[in-house]
Amino acid sequence: MMSLKKISTSAIAILAATTLGAAARDQLQITGSSTVLPYSTIVAEAFGENFDFPSPVVEGGGSGAGRKKFCEGVGENTVDIANSSSRISQSDIDLCAANGVTEIMEVRFGYDGIVFASDVNGPEFALTPAQVYGALAAQVAKDGALAANAAANWSDVDAALPAQAILAFVPGTKHGTREVFDTKVIVAGCKDTGAHDMFLAVAEGADEKEKKANADKACMELRTDGKSVDIDGDYTETLARLETDKTAVGVFGLSFYQNNTDKLRVATMSGVVPSTESISTGEYPVSRPLFFYVKKAHIGVIPGLKEYVSFFLSDEIAGPDGPLAAYGLVSDPDLAATQAMVDAETPMGPLQ
Amino acid sequence: MTDATSGGLSAAAQPKSSLLQPSRLMKKRNAAETRFKAYGIAAIVLSLATLGFMLVTIFSDGVSSFFQAKLSFPVELTARTLDPKGNRDRADMVKITTLGYNKVLAVAFEKELAARGIAIEGQSAKDVVEMISKDAAGSLRATVLANPSLVGSTLDATVLATGRIDGYLKGRVTMQTAERDSNVTPAQLQLADKLREAGMLTSSFNWGFLTMPDASDQRPEAAGLGVAILGSAYMMLLVLVTCVPVGVAASIYLEEFAPKNFWTDAIEVNISNLAAVPSIVFGILGLAIFINFAGMPNSSTLVGALVLSLMTLPTIIIATRSAIKAVPPSIRDAALGIGASKMQSVFHHVLPLAMPGILTGTILGLASALGETAPLLLIGMVAFVDNYPAAPMEGFLDPATALPVQVYGWAQRADPAFIERSSGAIIVLLVFLVAMNVLAILLRRRFERRW
Repeated sequence: MMSLKKISTSAIAILAATTLGAAARDQLQITGSSTVLPYSTIVAEAFGENFDFPSPVVEGGGSGAGRKKFCEGVGENTVDIANSSSRISQSDIDLCAANGVTEIMEVRFGYDGIVFASDVNGPEFALTPAQVYGALAAQVAKDGALAANAAANWSDVDAALPAQAILAFVPGTKHGTREVFDTKVIVAGCKDTGAHDMFLAVAEGADEKEKKANADKACMELRTDGKSVDIDGDYTETLARLETDKTAVGVFGLSFYQNNTDKLRVATMSGVVPSTESISTGEYPVSRPLFFYVKKAHIGVIPGLKEYVSFFLSDEIAGPDGPLAAYGLVSDPDLAATQAMVDAETPMGPLQ
Repeated sequence: MTDATSGGLSAAAQPKSSLLQPSRLMKKRNAAETRFKAYGIAAIVLSLATLGFMLVTIFSDGVSSFFQAKLSFPVELTARTLDPKGNRDRADMVKITTLGYNKVLAVAFEKELAARGIAIEGQSAKDVVEMISKDAAGSLRATVLANPSLVGSTLDATVLATGRIDGYLKGRVTMQTAERDSNVTPAQLQLADKLREAGMLTSSFNWGFLTMPDASDQRPEAAGLGVAILGSAYMMLLVLVTCVPVGVAASIYLEEFAPKNFWTDAIEVNISNLAAVPSIVFGILGLAIFINFAGMPNSSTLVGALVLSLMTLPTIIIATRSAIKAVPPSIRDAALGIGASKMQSVFHHVLPLAMPGILTGTILGLASALGETAPLLLIGMVAFVDNYPAAPMEGFLDPATALPVQVYGWAQRADPAFIERSSGAIIVLLVFLVAMNVLAILLRRRFERRW
């Protein structure tokens, strides 16, 4: 078999060629949050169109996983930018430092709102954090004491709400969205109903801080009787579940809702309709900043990195009239400061 | 076999038994057989129904992705906007971004509508311009930069319409949904009707779906499978090149030359075990060995192919070994008997006879590798890749995606138009899989020998 011999020689040749020539990388590698992914791809595409650099390769997979990959080290085989829907943590910074990634640029490019939405033909919901807490928490304040949540209908929580069975699809714990949902809605509602004080009274802990953390944690316990369902997939899965369970309420990102307004009816939160405007003014309470982290050591080494970051932050992209805002990003009022920071290539200081 | 035959055959002992009048026992046996047949048919009907349901959903969702709404109108490439310096020098013209080209397209489109007298009450200029895909400016810019002498002339441009207008022609978007939809207005749909009457808006076969690269969430109409098809093709080629020599050599050695002892038994058991390992494990292995240790580039087809090779190798070895085993020993004995060496008997006689079986096994192994997503997740191939990989060999190191990855990626996008694209990608993947399986069957029919 001559051909067999030929094939195997060429296979060996390919293997040898690759291990020898780990050729210089032309395109940027970006990874991280799946919330930031659509924004990142919009910019990557426009960047490829308008510059002579190839479009960056953008991966999803989650904020935490992305930052871990980012912190693997410096060099062509490591990623250049980590997208993140939550701020970098001290443990990530320590991991980065241990692997030689000492200078990180923190870029906050806008805000993302989190909305409650139900089927477009269903009743309207005007929610408050207290009502969401009362409907979904495992334990609620009742007659001055903590009791297991027995509410079956939304109207049991508040007579103003529709008489509809409680069923909510909330993001699973691996999502960055869940963190915002927990802190901005559940814990806020917990405090509003007075349950937080009751948790605090029975909380264990060495000092006030630890007690408060434990009380917060107790607040975040959601009911496990099937009325609150964790969705580990993404918003498309939540939407599919809503389409089969027409009476349910789901938690979505603002941009996802804005692309599906024909199927979803959005709930107001404390009387405010979520929109890019109400989030940028701070009226709508449930929002979070979006970040990406840039490896400073790669600027000047990987072609196009600085240009990409500047392009991303330019007014025509990340500004209020740019394509990102059209997709659902709430643009950052302090964009100019971030642009100046990127121009000066200032790395981030220690976390406060 | 207790129910095979009960009782003797002596006719004298059972005078009443007759073939025409079945006994009670006979009836019971016949009934059991009928029941078993019914179960079998039910099982087949159930699996066919599931398959049919799956195919119907995929095709009803996905066939429309092979058609695409396009707008055609003349575009005057004004030199003042596109080449302010007037020297037709590419280096100066690259400074004009897609924003400039957007304006050119908008002006041209509005001008053409005015010239034809097409207008809808209550339409805003924004409504009109937003019917053109955001992809149009980018492709126009690429065309002009490739050929700067076009500036100043008038081009008969055919550009993509946005996903919502495309959806309207396909019946996905209706006037009712448009009222609630923040990405399209009823005025745009009315305008689309008029444009269709005027012949400016047409729907035609969407070659771009097979050739164009992926696109962002804002332009589902421009998303295509080009990079994914190329990536899958590169990987299949590399898997073939790496797996077949290694797999066949290993099988020949194990089957023909290796002594039967503890070690070869252990290897045999382990090969079978490897074939059953979940594919994501190979992805973890690939990340550790090929990317972190060997330093191969992330997201490249080479790493993807090596990971898939690891996964396919056991399948190929098992198929090859059984093909070699199926060659009767008399062939080997005859070859050895007339003085051939062991190696000659294997390479001149056994291997050619086992070839059809090896080919079938290889193609089936490749087909399963083609549909694999999980291991590619960890090596960075589940990504947004907008550039085609270069031609081989260099291109093996370029980032690319694969067909199943594209299905997975599109299914997660927010814009409903991507659901159609995702099903369309499944159709393309199925066509490839069916083609490979048919090839395997044809090869087997054509060359298989029975003894």
